[in-house]
Amino acid sequence: MTDWALRTEGLRKEFLLHLQGGVRIPVLDGVGLSVAPGECVALHGPSGAGKSTLMRCLYGNYGAGGGRILLRHGGRTLDLAAADAQEVRAVRRETIGYVSQFLRVIPRVPAVQVVAAPLRARGVAEAEALARAAAMMARLNLPPRLHALPPATFSGGEQQRVNLARGFVAPWPVLLLDEPTASLDAANREVVVDLIEEAKAAGSAVVGIFHDADVRERVATRLFEVRPAA
Amino acid sequence: MNGPILAARDLHLAFGGLRALDGVSLDLWPGEVVAIVGESGSGKSTLLRVLAGQLRPQSGQVTYRDAEGVAHAVQSLSDAALRRLSRAEWGFVHQSPRDGLRLGVSAGGNIGERLMALGARHYGRLRETAEAWLRRVEIDPGRLDDLPRAFSGGMQQRLQIARALVTGPRLVFMDEPTGGLDVSVQARLLDLIRALVAELDLAVLLVTHDIAAARLLAHRILVMRRGRVVEAGLADRVLDDPQHEYTQLLVSSVIAA
Amino acid sequence: MTETGYNFAYLDEATKRMIRRAILKAVAIPGHQVPFGGREMPLPYGWGTGGIQVTASLIGRDDVLKVIDQGADDTTNAVSIRRFFARVAGVATTERTAAATIIQTRHRIPETPLREGQILVYQVPMPEPLFRLEPRVAETRRLHALADYGLMQVKLYEDIARLGHVGLSYNYPVMVNHRYLMSPSPIPAFDNPKMHRMPALQVFGAGREKRIYAVPPYTAVHSLDFEDHPFRPIRADARCALCGSDASYLDEVVTDDAGGRLFVCSDTDYCGERQARQRRGEAA
Repeated sequence: MTDWALRTEGLRKEFLLHLQGGVRIPVLDGVGLSVAPGECVALHGPSGAGKSTLMRCLYGNYGAGGGRILLRHGGRTLDLAAADAQEVRAVRRETIGYVSQFLRVIPRVPAVQVVAAPLRARGVAEAEALARAAAMMARLNLPPRLHALPPATFSGGEQQRVNLARGFVAPWPVLLLDEPTASLDAANREVVVDLIEEAKAAGSAVVGIFHDADVRERVATRLFEVRPAA
Repeated sequence: MNGPILAARDLHLAFGGLRALDGVSLDLWPGEVVAIVGESGSGKSTLLRVLAGQLRPQSGQVTYRDAEGVAHAVQSLSDAALRRLSRAEWGFVHQSPRDGLRLGVSAGGNIGERLMALGARHYGRLRETAEAWLRRVEIDPGRLDDLPRAFSGGMQQRLQIARALVTGPRLVFMDEPTGGLDVSVQARLLDLIRALVAELDLAVLLVTHDIAAARLLAHRILVMRRGRVVEAGLADRVLDDPQHEYTQLLVSSVIAA
Repeated sequence: MTETGYNFAYLDEATKRMIRRAILKAVAIPGHQVPFGGREMPLPYGWGTGGIQVTASLIGRDDVLKVIDQGADDTTNAVSIRRFFARVAGVATTERTAAATIIQTRHRIPETPLREGQILVYQVPMPEPLFRLEPRVAETRRLHALADYGLMQVKLYEDIARLGHVGLSYNYPVMVNHRYLMSPSPIPAFDNPKMHRMPALQVFGAGREKRIYAVPPYTAVHSLDFEDHPFRPIRADARCALCGSDASYLDEVVTDDAGGRLFVCSDTDYCGERQARQRRGEAA
């Protein structure tokens, strides 16, 4: 048993823009981040320092340019930086949850199905998955009349709460939160703070970007400084 | 099941001086949707035809693992074995309904044909099945006895999907299924495909030049150019963090996929 | 009155041998269409050139030939062909089904059950059962080779969907020996069950299309159908006006301009035999 659920070693990322004459934009250089179960690490640094890029690398959305992203996945240690597409899909199903800033809207799919999807992917029976999804949506003050509607027509705040419900409906060993409270009112912010505390108590290793200083101070166990690559 | 359902290794095929396939390899896993994207002439449709056994590569292997786990070398199957596989375990959705439907046969007959080819001989049950599939692809079951000629383009494509999926295939080949449709109709069709693929746990090879379709449907994307796979990987990574110059061009030329 | 100057049974021996080879192959692969080098015959296509060539190749000096057209022995086509073989082969002819060793037929199977040792030769206008459904000849061959007959079943499905029943009252497709889809030639669907496990050999000749196919004795022949729409041999719901049969296939005969009509047996030999028996019964 080690004391981390997620750990990066010498993580690098640069973008090579072929269409701009091959210019190289270094973003991350040698990031070493270690997050323990039950801990919430807030990424800290000026705008453009690479916080979102780091989050996307941790989710496998961006490919790492170098270094390792180690995970506890299914009883073993897996290097996400070297994982193939099958393994990344399995990691996203079982190990890493991700709440992005914006909901990627899938046309015509009811909100409750969007929220239940992570449970369904793990094989939870449909009735149970929908019930748990509806309960989570209720907690986030999404009224039942919205559950059966596709979120495409929802307001920004409602979409964000659908996104949060989807992120918190299933327990994750690692949970990535990219500005989870950005477009929420005070009451819903409180709900999200509670949900994060519950996730920590349940043993999730949480990594977040929180622009809201109040929320950050309340949920973050510690800060992790992200510095622009030289 | 362990291992890919379909695996291709080092496929080569040239038409005269044109290298349609120049060392292409790929794996398709059970339940996985892989989109093959690229511009016209990139070799993506040729690749689909080779994988489905309709064209023979000059070299390389295509291996299909059937429902019993038996491996078949697709490129050297007999016509009879190939036809048996393609009607029992595979489905095809073509760009043109003309290629995928019998326009002079009723909607019910179109859906029932593959079942009848597999030995179904109960008229009443064939009709029940066809009606159920019309509902699933959002066509009024009252149109069961209508000819597809009288259907809109979007309905024809949905009928084609019902016809392809009615036998419960494990692997479905789709060649530009939304090509030639209005944008609003495309969205509905894509969404229907997405839902059915997830529900039926299908392995799908989707050829498309529509990046938005690939993002919506595919778990993984292969980018082809001039007969080669220039980039391959997780769908969102290929589109959000493209590495190859050609992929960057392809992604940047799409308006907010 | 045998003609001199012709080889026995009109065709030269080499041609007969070629046709017999085709027949042997056809017997070996029941229901499969075998091409043969059809010869020009002294009558036009559509008048039984295929059947005549098959008969000419099979017939021997001891054979007894019967020829029927739509069940009748006394129609122009039947009379001409019977007379042709009497002249070029000098064989005995008969109108009695039971007395014949070879029966050449257009559009009927005799009502009297055939027995071992008899050969039924069909005249076939179009041997390909799929020709209305698949216009490409090469593709029909592929479909036969792969036993891919979903298309024909679709046609039956479409008929039932549109008409409530299969819209074929003759030339109703059959599966031979559970393998090949076969056109039974334009016999009424009523006759189809007689083909199943028939003790006589059945040989089919198509002159224009130059194809021969066969059903050996005691071979399974099934009419295509659906479990819930089983094949039903259909006959007019009437009795023969001449012999009173309620089991034979009937022709409708218009008797006047006032809508008068009656039904009579299409099989003239069967009807005549019954009438003769009834007369004997009356006399006794």
